Amino acid sequence: MTDLVTAEGHGEHISTHPDMNVVRKTAMWVFLGSECIFFGSLIATFLLYRTETRGGPTAKELFDIPFTSASSFILLMSSLTMVLAHNARERRDPRQLRIWLLATALLGSTFLAGQAFEFTEFAHEGLKLTTSPFASSFYVATGFHGAHVAVGVLMLLALLFMSMSGRLRTGEGMNVELVGLYWHFVDVVWIVIFTVVYLLQV
Amino acid sequence: MATVAEVTEVHAPAPGHKGLWSWITTVDHKRIGILYLWSALLFFIVGGIEALLIRLQLFTPNGEILSADAYNQLFTMHGTTMVFLVVMPLASGFVNYLLPLLLGARDVAFPRLNAFSYWVFFVGGVLLYSSFILGGSPDGGWFGYAPLSTQVPEYVRMDFWAVGLLTLGVASIASSANFIATILTMRAPGMTLMRMPVFVWMTLVISFLLLFSLPTITVGLFQVFFDRNFGTLFYETAAGADPLLWQHLFWLFGHPEVYVLILPAMGIVSEILPVFSRKPLFGYSFVVFSGIAIGFMGFGVWSHHMFTSGMGPVAEAGFAISTMMIAVPTGIKIFNWIGTTWGGRIRLTTPMLYALAFIAMFVIGGLSGVTHSIVPADTQQHDSYYVVAHFHYVLFGGAILGLFAGIYYWYPKMSGRMLSERLGKWQFWITLIGFNLTFLPMHMLGLNGMPRRTYRYDENLGFDLWNAVATIGGFVIALGVLLFVINVIWSRRHGEIAGDDPWDARTLEWATSSPPPEHNFDQVPLVHSRDDFWHRKYTLDAEGFLQQRDEPVGDWIPEADPEHIHMPSPSYYPALTALGMGIVGYGVLYQPAGFIVAAIGALVLMWGAFGWSMEPVTRTPEPMAHDDRHPELEAAAATEEVESE
Ligand SMILES: [Cu+2]
Repeated sequence: MTDLVTAEGHGEHISTHPDMNVVRKTAMWVFLGSECIFFGSLIATFLLYRTETRGGPTAKELFDIPFTSASSFILLMSSLTMVLAHNARERRDPRQLRIWLLATALLGSTFLAGQAFEFTEFAHEGLKLTTSPFASSFYVATGFHGAHVAVGVLMLLALLFMSMSGRLRTGEGMNVELVGLYWHFVDVVWIVIFTVVYLLQV
Repeated sequence: MATVAEVTEVHAPAPGHKGLWSWITTVDHKRIGILYLWSALLFFIVGGIEALLIRLQLFTPNGEILSADAYNQLFTMHGTTMVFLVVMPLASGFVNYLLPLLLGARDVAFPRLNAFSYWVFFVGGVLLYSSFILGGSPDGGWFGYAPLSTQVPEYVRMDFWAVGLLTLGVASIASSANFIATILTMRAPGMTLMRMPVFVWMTLVISFLLLFSLPTITVGLFQVFFDRNFGTLFYETAAGADPLLWQHLFWLFGHPEVYVLILPAMGIVSEILPVFSRKPLFGYSFVVFSGIAIGFMGFGVWSHHMFTSGMGPVAEAGFAISTMMIAVPTGIKIFNWIGTTWGGRIRLTTPMLYALAFIAMFVIGGLSGVTHSIVPADTQQHDSYYVVAHFHYVLFGGAILGLFAGIYYWYPKMSGRMLSERLGKWQFWITLIGFNLTFLPMHMLGLNGMPRRTYRYDENLGFDLWNAVATIGGFVIALGVLLFVINVIWSRRHGEIAGDDPWDARTLEWATSSPPPEHNFDQVPLVHSRDDFWHRKYTLDAEGFLQQRDEPVGDWIPEADPEHIHMPSPSYYPALTALGMGIVGYGVLYQPAGFIVAAIGALVLMWGAFGWSMEPVTRTPEPMAHDDRHPELEAAAATEEVESE
């Protein structure tokens, strides 16, 4: 009983309700930690197979760095618009919020369109999913990132819909802060992929 | 519980506590825990039957009962079942039921996510087991080594394994994030981290282990599935792929997973030993920190599963040393448990017997594990029955005995009735004897050279006697399990009424009724010390002797509005979302035609997820998102709602 401490005192002022925003962010952060290992494993597989081209096209022959740089820039800008959306939410400005949510979703979709274009180009040049271990690991790593962006766009559109129908709440459900965390994370992962998978291979 | 307010109206699952629908829509962590426990016990029996069939086949040389193909399916499903559908969900069941109670909370952080985890687990189990009627079950071992597992695309079997495990992984990730958030943010006032019960600490470590280890096997499973179905070349060695890639991805998950399986049992035993020794846990902080150390070191030993794969002497030496080192924190725990019982006033109840047997059997399994870290010895033991003996001592002698200790210990809290001590002790001794009869001989078989995963052995190899003994032992274990089932059935009618605190225990779950009310505690406890409930019951007199108080004392935090404790409302969206995942799973198994099914599943999934995020947690007429620190926030939210109309 030596460690009997009553630092909190007795009674009325102790809240038994945790701050749900903190609770939700904690869960999101640890989930994103898990995602780091997921993308780490995908990128590690790519690094293992980066030269296993099996006579097919190599990274040097394929990658169009200016194009991918442009689409990377678009994705990075979407992080900026996400911050602006979050800021509008903090300022309780629903009109601005909706504008920036929409802008973020559009920039994300543009990035996805760029990826689709890039994949078709590569396929034309002879890099199919089944061409080589290099091809498989490239498409699967970047493809899973694209899938994450797509999920993010869906969530942004859901937020937009919730805001329009007045169902956006602070403490529960999806909210701007959580989706923002996810969105920034997906952007950061792209910076790593762009560096390791693209820039370092040409 | 004299200080507790008498009448408390609880808002929430207003209609019906009974019926199938109430179970499907429940978000109560206790009911979800019970669902996990029952499902896991059911799978335990199924996995046990698979083991008995394996043992029957090996009872005599050149066994005739199973074909090689059937044998492959059975040992694959036995391993997969026991790891993913028995030990993990049993642990999950305990964590679900107990975590909020142990922390003095009303629920986990995300009740609906919790329900989602269970239903995804359920769907994953159904997926795996439906393979038996859809062309045969997975047959590539629970470790599914690629390129072996990618070699036979004409069978859909290993696809079931890949999709089933991916599904189960989603359940584990979701519940891990949920448990971490609960532990870090939902503790009762005064429940500092170093006052938390050890079981909670172990849950925290396990959750982090799962979060950081599951992604590697997830990537591996996707690669296997894509290789088998879409012609990718991740494991096509003829095209230059690396045959060791899978082993690294798998064991980077697989070894932390070993601790995921054993740490819950360690946590349970750390709760039980103090209660039945009438002493606080010896060296609490050592037990906690050694658990954390195991968590960290668990990520640095995986290649000891690959000593025969030709990694080279540097890697082998490194992993040999790290494997020897990880025995240190485990040893610390063993000494602490022995220290806890030392000089205690020991009551040999059934849970205590199981807890003590856990220590003994786990020491045997742990020591044979250390022999694997010695590379030359491991090269001899690799893929032999010695390994089988080792991990069954850890997983049955460790995990399962520890979990049985937990079942006997907490069953009264969950059901309100005691299990029969007499039947329980019979079960204990029969199980313990049967267990040693089954697995001790396997050490001998392995050292004599009997390989694992072979469905037959010739006579005159010296394997006959010990195989026969092991098979008899297997049936003795089955008798023990049967006694347990009888005990549970008996107890439902005739079990002694438990009361709040039948064991004279130390932690907060015993401070509420058995079974606890929906909202766990009428008032949230204010925690002053480790083993808070014990200090509410006992005090020290002038000479330092333990003195029982006439009535438990202690602080409870008065509810601002005791008439309305808001509990989350039932919801069918989590189960619906999980159902969508299941449909997607079956769809991708049978492409290309199945893609239509998968698309339908994806729509169901999105419908569930969208409905889920639109639905308020508690459906009451009062305003939601009660945020007392920022009243202006609510006002603003209200304005926004008006504006948008
Ligand atoms: Cu290991």
